[in-house]
Amino acid sequence: MNKAQREALLDPLLNNNPIALQVLGICSALAVTTKLSVSLVMSAAVLFVLVGSNVAVSAIRKGLPPSIRIIVELTIIASLVIIADQILKAFVYDIWKQLTVFVGLIITNCIIMGRAEAFAIQNPVKLSFFDAVGNAAGYSLILLAVAFFRELFGTGRLLGFTILQPVNEGGWYQPNGLMVLSPAAFLLIGIFIWLIRWKRPEQNEEEFHVGGLLEPHEIGLLR
Amino acid sequence: MPTDALKTIGFAAAVCVVCSIFVATSAVALKDRQEENRILDLRSKVLLVANLAEPGVKLEREVVNQRFEENLTATVVTLGSGERADLDPLTFNQRAATQDPDLSEAAPANPAKVSRVPDNALIYELLDGTDVERLILPVQGYGLWSTLYGFVALSGDLETIEGITFYEHGETAGLGGEVDNPRWQALWPGRKAFGDAWQPQIEVIKGNAGPAETDPYRVDGLAGATLTSRGVTNLLHFWLGENGFGPFLDRYRAERGIS
Repeated sequence: MNKAQREALLDPLLNNNPIALQVLGICSALAVTTKLSVSLVMSAAVLFVLVGSNVAVSAIRKGLPPSIRIIVELTIIASLVIIADQILKAFVYDIWKQLTVFVGLIITNCIIMGRAEAFAIQNPVKLSFFDAVGNAAGYSLILLAVAFFRELFGTGRLLGFTILQPVNEGGWYQPNGLMVLSPAAFLLIGIFIWLIRWKRPEQNEEEFHVGGLLEPHEIGLLR
Repeated sequence: MPTDALKTIGFAAAVCVVCSIFVATSAVALKDRQEENRILDLRSKVLLVANLAEPGVKLEREVVNQRFEENLTATVVTLGSGERADLDPLTFNQRAATQDPDLSEAAPANPAKVSRVPDNALIYELLDGTDVERLILPVQGYGLWSTLYGFVALSGDLETIEGITFYEHGETAGLGGEVDNPRWQALWPGRKAFGDAWQPQIEVIKGNAGPAETDPYRVDGLAGATLTSRGVTNLLHFWLGENGFGPFLDRYRAERGIS
């Protein structure tokens, strides 16, 4: 593995995380993180689709007519998503039942389209493969971390095993109802983004001023 | 036509053909397995509600099929008349029949938001000779976000509930989704579904109900899921009432001399 490949693989974990830095793929991070098992399967599905689409788009990039670029990418992604859904339905039926709606929505996950457009279309197949694995891992990292806290504090369980004995099962732990609702994922992702940017301040964006190109003190002068 | 446009069309066509081959192959190759999974899932739920399987224990495929086939008799019944219909229970698909305008009717307005009622429905009986030990009826209705599909089991007196389970719903995990919690489902056995005049009376209340002996018509509500709890009450009242299995249950009781 050369340097470019290693970077493509490892950068999306923390330095350029698709959720934390680019803030992509948030919708699914809200929807499928109430249980760790579901997040694991969702991560695997995204890995499958992302690797498939990056490799396919990269392989055909030289002959791909620019005018139909996006629709071709979308066709490939949609096909992969249907295949992923069919495989889940055949092999992990119980989880498929909970997940099928969200698997369909992988088509609209901006990370997949984003990597195809931003990377695979101008890079060789092997490098695109590493980029896909890296980005899927970066996505999964956040997804699993969110799911870990939501399942643990929301239900007292992890992967279905009881860790904190909830009150309604005769234990002491009062499950946090907020954790099973979508806003909890927003809060947790916000906290993760803050933690990463606190450790890596270079990820902080420039503050945005209404004055556009004017310096802050110049805005004052205009009043 | 310029060669560029031809190339573009050719490329698009090639992509479509390749993609459709992959999609079609996966759908066809996995179809049997998926159908098997669906039936297996349905059967395990029926076993669960018939008290032929322990909650939370995942049974092998063979065990589920064996227990199901050895113990349960499936029958198609006509809802309006309450008679047994001359239809093969193996091929009868109640979900498909509910969608088919020739095989179903629009339901009268009801709080369970059941929009169509099939002409026929598939029930299961656990028989001991000719005596019925458990009668398992399919139920469905709206909770908060989604339609809940499940089964309710009645014991031989056709009044006492033996169990309830749902095999498909889209309620919030941890709140309405707790309809799947075995602890909540364990509150049902022993409660009475019907009042004195055989009107559906069982109700999921807000808060806690007493034990089945002293408080037979009420069941604990799901904490934080008032609308799902109400949905369960509504769907039971609909399917146990006159527009659901009412006529069938009347006939069934008469046949067995239960009044």
